[in-house]
Order: sequence, then C-alpha cells, then structure tokens
Amino acid sequence: MTLFEQAHSRREALRVAAIAAAVVALTPRLAFAKPEEVKAEIDKLYGAREMTTGKLKLDMPEIAENGLVVPINIEVESPMTEADYVKSVSVFAEGNPFPRVLTYRFTPACGRAAASLRMRLAQTQNVIAVAETSTGQLYTARSEVKVTIGGCGG
Amino acid sequence: MATKTSARVRVPPKAKKDEIIEVKTLVSHEMESGVRKDASGKIVPRDIINTFTAAFNGAVVFEADWFPSISANPYQAFFFKAKESGEFTFTWKDDNGQETTAKAKLEVA
Repeated sequence: MTLFEQAHSRREALRVAAIAAAVVALTPRLAFAKPEEVKAEIDKLYGAREMTTGKLKLDMPEIAENGLVVPINIEVESPMTEADYVKSVSVFAEGNPFPRVLTYRFTPACGRAAASLRMRLAQTQNVIAVAETSTGQLYTARSEVKVTIGGCGG
Repeated sequence: MATKTSARVRVPPKAKKDEIIEVKTLVSHEMESGVRKDASGKIVPRDIINTFTAAFNGAVVFEADWFPSISANPYQAFFFKAKESGEFTFTWKDDNGQETTAKAKLEVA
C-alpha cells in the first residue's frame, strides 16, 4: 500500500466514522421534545404571560446516575389561604419524548404547596416548572440535570 | 397489566389541629411509556396511571396528572393541613380504566 493509499483509506475510515457519529447523534433527537415544544405547551396551558423566578423551587440532583428514577422536589412559597394559594404546578422536560411531565392541582387544604416524586430523564436536559397562584401570578424555575444512563427506553 | 396493582400509603395516624403533615404514597405500576419496543421490535402500547387523586372526607385536596415521564411504580408525596379527624381516599386511574384505591385514617387531637 502506498503512502497515498494509506492516507486515503484512513480518510475514508474517518469519513465513515463521522457519518456514523452524525447519524447516532441525530436519530434520537428526532423523537424527543425540543425547547420550543416545551414553550408551546407552557403557552397553551398558562398563556404567554409574564413569569417571575424565586418563589418556585425546583429541586433536582445536578447529576442523575440513573435516568429511570430521578427525584424531583417542588415547593412554592405561598400562604395557602382561601384568598391566596397555589392552584397548579406543571413540570416540563426539554429532552424527553413528550414535553409534559405532570400537573399538580393544589388546594388551600394542603397547607403547603409542595410535592415530590420520581421521574424519568432520557438524556441530559433542562427541566422546567411553572406555578400559578389563585391571584393569577405565574412563577417559573428550571433545573439542568446531567444524566449518565438515560431512562424512557426505546 | 400482568400483575395486580397494589398501593401503599403512609400518613401519620395522629396530628395536632393545624399541623401540616406529609402524606406519602406508592403504587405498583409499570407506567409503560408507549415509546419502548419489545424484543420483536414492536412498540409496546402506552399504559400509565394518568391521574392521582387524594380526597379527605370526600373533598378533593390534591390531584396530579401524570404523563409518560413519570417513573414506574410512582411515588407521590404531598402535604395536608390537619383540621379534623377523618379519612383519606386515594385513587389512581390508568389508561385502561383500571382504578386502584387506598384509604388512611387521620385522628386530629
């Protein structure tokens, strides 16, 4: 094999590898929700209204070793009285097959607008929460979680 | 679903008036997301619990809508302000219309 042929075949191998990497990188993307879809869902549920940060806390691990069970804690600062309570909280995932994760409906009987559960994360992504109070205020929070092994199957 | 759904609930049996207690629930369910393929490459149809409802003495106090991103065997914790003695009823509903219920008593001193 001449030097030229060697270089050529190596280039060919690199090209094939690059295409394969691109295919691998692109294929799963198609099946996942995108940030724009999450935004569209939020607009659909809560309207394109102004949101403030700070009152809603979305507590998730920075790194999730197992994407099948990622703990998520939500808490909204609120007096939780008949006059002023948190009506709902919704959670969205930017990198899962479906943008919506959950919606909670609280009542003043809860005493505290907080809840926790475990969710699936297919890949490293942003998780976004939106809360609406009975007075019409909207709060938002986001959390980036790095996922070592993705959940959701497929 | 191949296995029967079973639920576990943890509520403190006694609380003081106006005390805020934590209610913890766990239900067994595969939460089939509808995107997973079986060994033959066919997509396994979606079957998840889509609603969880907690009521106290008949009045709904907390509700959750769940989507396929919720982990299998869903755990759900939330809070409740104790006002009077009574009973919680928890209901989980899945895509196939199967309902699972659990009850727990609370005594308020």
